[in-house]
This record gives sequence, C-alpha cells and structure tokens, in this order.
Amino acid sequence: MTGTTHSYLGKTAIAGIGATEFSKESGRSELRLAAEAVDLALRDAGIEPSEVDGMVTFSSDTNPEIEIARSLGIGELTFFSRIHYGGGAGCGTIQQAALAIDAGVADVVVCYRAFNERSGNRFGAGVQGRPPVPNAETANFAWYAPQGLLTPAQWVAMAAQRYLHLTGATSEDLGRVAVADRRHAATNPKAWFYEQPITLEDHQASRWIVEPLHLLDCCQETDGGQALVVTSLDRARDLPSTPVVIRAAAQGAGPGQEMMTSYYYDDLTVLGEMEAVARQLWQTSGLTPADIQTAVIYDHFTPYVLYQLEELGFCAKGEAKDFIRDGNIELGGGLPINTHGGQLGEAYLHGMNGIAEGVRQVRGESYNQVPDVEHVLVTSGTGVPTSGLILGVDH
Amino acid sequence: MSGALSLDDKLRAFVGQASGPPTKGRHPVNEPMITHWVEAMGDHNPVYVDAEAAEAAGFKGIIAPPTMLQAWIMRGLRASLVSDAARDAGAATADAPSDQVMALLEEAGFTSVVATNCDQHYERPLVLGDLLEVSSVIDSISGEKQTGLGIGHFITNRLEYRDQRGELVATMRFRILKFKPGTGTAAPAAVAATEDPAPRPLRPRPAITQDNSFFFEGARQHKLLIQRCSNCGTLRHPPRPSCAVCRSFAWDTLEASGKGTIFSFVVNHYPQVPAFDYPLVVALVELQEGTRLVANVSGIIRETAAIGMAVEAGFEDFDDELSLPVFHPADETRTD
Repeated sequence: MTGTTHSYLGKTAIAGIGATEFSKESGRSELRLAAEAVDLALRDAGIEPSEVDGMVTFSSDTNPEIEIARSLGIGELTFFSRIHYGGGAGCGTIQQAALAIDAGVADVVVCYRAFNERSGNRFGAGVQGRPPVPNAETANFAWYAPQGLLTPAQWVAMAAQRYLHLTGATSEDLGRVAVADRRHAATNPKAWFYEQPITLEDHQASRWIVEPLHLLDCCQETDGGQALVVTSLDRARDLPSTPVVIRAAAQGAGPGQEMMTSYYYDDLTVLGEMEAVARQLWQTSGLTPADIQTAVIYDHFTPYVLYQLEELGFCAKGEAKDFIRDGNIELGGGLPINTHGGQLGEAYLHGMNGIAEGVRQVRGESYNQVPDVEHVLVTSGTGVPTSGLILGVDH
Repeated sequence: MSGALSLDDKLRAFVGQASGPPTKGRHPVNEPMITHWVEAMGDHNPVYVDAEAAEAAGFKGIIAPPTMLQAWIMRGLRASLVSDAARDAGAATADAPSDQVMALLEEAGFTSVVATNCDQHYERPLVLGDLLEVSSVIDSISGEKQTGLGIGHFITNRLEYRDQRGELVATMRFRILKFKPGTGTAAPAAVAATEDPAPRPLRPRPAITQDNSFFFEGARQHKLLIQRCSNCGTLRHPPRPSCAVCRSFAWDTLEASGKGTIFSFVVNHYPQVPAFDYPLVVALVELQEGTRLVANVSGIIRETAAIGMAVEAGFEDFDDELSLPVFHPADETRTD
C-alpha cells in the first residue's frame, strides 16, 4: 500500500533539460543522440559532468549508462536504474532519480532516452521474424501474433473499439485530440509538424491503419534524444535555471495488467495502471484536478488520451468525449494538453519530451505558454505499466 | 526523315501527340457490371450496390467504384480477337502515334513490355447512364534507363475521360516500360519467383512454454482448451502457472463449448504481413465459459462484424505446426 505522501516530494527538482533535434533520420548513432541530449541537459542545468553520480533510463534503451558516462567525462556512478515496460517508464525515471537523491544515494541524476526509432528499429513494424525465444514475455505474444495482432496500434485498437461502443465516443472525438496536438505543434518550432496543423476532415480522410484508428490517430516515429537532470531542490535553487519542483510522482500497474493487451479484466473502458497512478498523484500531493493548469497526456494513440482524462479525474467516466468536444484540451481551454504538440505533433521520444514540456511550462518558457502555471501533470505510456508526475513552481 | 536522327530524337518527336483516336465506351455505366466488379474485387462498400446506402452517404443513387474507370472503355475480348486476327492475316497496321512508338522500340530490340504505374484523378463519381469517351496523349518518353527488368524506355500516356456531355470526369497517367529482355539487373531468383510464386510465409510462431503448450497442442487436435485450477475450479486465460484466487499450482484443462460472443474486434489494414489476408478482422471473443481470447473470425467482413455477435469455434490448420481456433458466426450453417 502507498502512504499518504512520499518523502522526496517538495525536496527534489528538475534542474535541466536538453534534447537533440527531432527528425526522421538523425544520421548518427543512438549513443551519440543520448550523449548530445545529456550534454545539453547538463549545460542547461549548469552542472559539470563530473558531478553526475546517477543515471536512469528505460530497459528498452540501447545506450548503457557507462557508455554515456565515458563519452562525457562523467566519473564514478553510485546509482543506476532502468525501468521496464516501454513508454510507461518515462515519469518513472524521474521518480527513481528523486528517490535516490532523497535517500542520499546520489546527488545529481540524469534521466535519458534516445533512439533512431524512425530510421532504425521501428516499433510499429510489428512482431515478426524469427521464432521467439520462449519465456514469459515472449509467450504473451503467443495470444496475438499468430492471430495477426502484431503492432501497438492493433493492440490499442481492440480496447478502443469497445470503449467507443460503450461510451458513444466517435472517431471524430479521437480526431479532436489529434487536431489539438497538431494545432499546438504548429506554433512550436522544435516540433516535426511545425506550421502543419490539421483539420478534423484531414483526420477523418486519413487512411485506416487498424479500424477504428486512422493514420492520424497514431503518433509519428522519431529519431532523437531527450535528457533531464534531477537534483535536490536546495541544490537546484543555486543553479541558473528556475527549479521545477517534483510535487508528485508515481508508478502503477493495474489489476489484470498485460503488456498492451489488458483484455481480460473489466470491460476495456478502464486503464488500471493510470487509475493507480492518478490515485497516488492526488493523494501524495494533496492537489486536485482543479489545481492543474496544463497537462501532458501521453498520446501514442488518441484513444488512451480519452481514457486518461477520465482516470485522472479531469472529467467523469465516459465523458471525455464531451470534455474534448467542449474545447477544453486546446490552448485557451480549461485544460490545454500537450502544448508542445504531443507525440503526434512534436516528436515520439517515449514521452520524455513531454516531461521537458512540463518543465518549460513551469519555467514559463513554452512556445505555447499557458498563463499562471502553478502545476503541470505529465503522464507516461498507457496500455502498459505506467507512471506520472506533477511538477510545480518553487515558492 | 534524316537517317542521322537518333532513336531518342525520333521518340521525342511523338511527345505531345495524340496516342490514337478517341475511344468510346461500349456500354454506359451500369449496375450489372458494377456488381460483378465489386464481387470479383471483394469490395464491400455498400454505396456501389445499395441505393439507400448511397443516398445515406450523400449520393443520388449508386455510384461506380472510381477505380473501375478503365473498365468502362475496355473494348472486350471479341474486339481483341478480331484485331489480332486481322494483324495475323497481314492487314495493314494502324499508324497511330503510339503504334509507331512501339514499332520503333521493337526494331531497336526493346521487345518486352511491362506496365509500371498508373495514377488516376477523379473529378466526380460516375453514375448509372454515364457514357465515357477517352482521349490519350503521349505525355513523355524517357531516355534509355537501366532497370531491374532490363534496359528500356518509360512511356507515359495521359488519358482524359469525358462523359456524354463532353465534361471531364477523370484523368489518368499510365506508364509502361518497353525493355530489352535479358538485360536486367534483378537477381535471377527474383525473376523466377515472379513466375512461380514462393510459398506463403508462415504465420508468426507462438513462443511455447511449459505454461501455455497445452493450448497449442489442444488446437492441433481441434480442441479449444481453457486452463482450470484443479483446486478451486477457476478458469483462466491467458494461462498462468498458478491460480490467483486460491494460489494453487495444480491445474488441468476444460474443453470449451466453443460458443461465445464478440467482445471487441479490429480490422487490420497496415502493416500488411504476407502471412495474412487484409483487411484482417481479429476479434476478442468472450467464451460462454467466461474467459476471453483473441482469435480470427471467418465468414465476416468489416461491415458485418459487430460487438455482441454470437460466434462459434472451428479450427484451421495453418501449417504442420500451427493450428488455431477460428470462429465463425453462430447462425451460419457450416459443412466443414
């Protein structure tokens, strides 16, 4: 069971962010992308590589901590930790860093993710090829791959079809998420889809990938790297950038959790993993949805944005469609989401670029700055064990 | 013409000329041909066959599938046989510009031909009674190119389709490659493969562990098995080593009735993996016994799949190793 609060909250902060450009073909190694992102994040933080003593990334990242450490002159490491479950790891990396710092295991922890997901190994290409080595992880796909469910879009679509059926949400409601993301990306020069907004008609006219998902319901693929520097709030206050306080952080796996295919529990309109994360975020921070001015809601596929808005309590169950139709999620609305353009609009960096946008919103540095930001909520990939954060202003 | 002209010069002179005389369709756009065409193509869009559905979609009546465009102009088998016979009998060959281009290339050794690509642009949907006429212009002829098939020239024709009122309804660019056989760069194996298609790749293999092998062994015997806790009787799928209800590690299996309902489904379009046919319907079936499993469903298409539909399990042997339950609508009479 989780306690009423977490000891590191209000005592740790994100002190630096750094990213490469977001492209479709970086032309350089994944390790170089990781090293560039970490280098930029440390420069942003005003911290020397020699001061870094902890590193956290995804278990799916191909760049070992020690390779980056050697590349940048980071010396001894006392803390390294990796988080599993693909895009669900993102906010969890920040929590790991905060835990280590609060426990005194490390002083400066860098969280990073870098890949050539477009020009290299594409996740959307599907589970194919050689017979898998049998273990519990590969055996999971025995229930999907031989039957033709091979890609993340297909796995999500199965739940989405049921969600649309039961809630009365439509493909156009999914499209409104894509339209909002692309509107925000259109004014973010870092976004791949800068100055390329779309209309709902564009969304509806885009080809089917897997019904009920159109092409524009699926996030893009990206080459790039993103890093964030976490340290104690006391230390962060002495650094050049405005400290961004970690007000809440949580991981969650739901009952009946499967890897993208939680088809056997409840009625496919819940995300147990985000329910667990949401409960902890509100409980440990003492905040409520009304205290959040803007959010970064993980958008690998549009349907799970609707589920998440409900699980997080921004609207009632089954009513995300109405919340979205009312224009809440766009700039100027009640809860502008994904002001960087999200993964549909800015880049697919397994959600790490979304945490960076949360940092910019708290600092007041976003290209689509929301006025009077006190707290930003950020989530990680759903459909898998996931994580979330509430970032806040230092007072 | 001067004998000093190169082949390229001679070919270039034809660019911009009408390929040949305009051709009129033999029959107006009509329902029987549309029906045959969509059935042959497996296109189940109701706006091509059902007037009510077409009206609901905003049309005044059924429309012709846009990609059927060329079908309305095709001269038919008999006309082909007649013209072939005339040529065989030594009748004078037509000297339409496109025929002259082909003759020039044949003389130069470019004796093989393959259609490479086709782009169509539609101005409006075709409706019953439209009578089309097509005119064609030689749009471009490339210089000599080395391709996988051989050294050759690309010839692009631009075709304009007009209706009985002379209004433009569609345009098409159609490109062919006229090439010298045996001069290609493609690997011989690949060429052979186009003549004798390779066997279909197998479906992805399931990873078999001690926890799940019973299911796939059962499927090979055409039995749909559900794991059952031998202590408390709780059924579970996907299989696990132990019972989450009573923590017993002892289990056996229950042979399912095979009856169930579609709990959810998807229609896969992309990516397309050669082991499967697309669009591919995959369903999450809730069995009468209470567990759910993902399976293919035969006998339904995207338009007829529905949550709540009653289905029944059959089996399909995909290869020597892999058999899986494949469901079909429960009210369907099956003889297999």
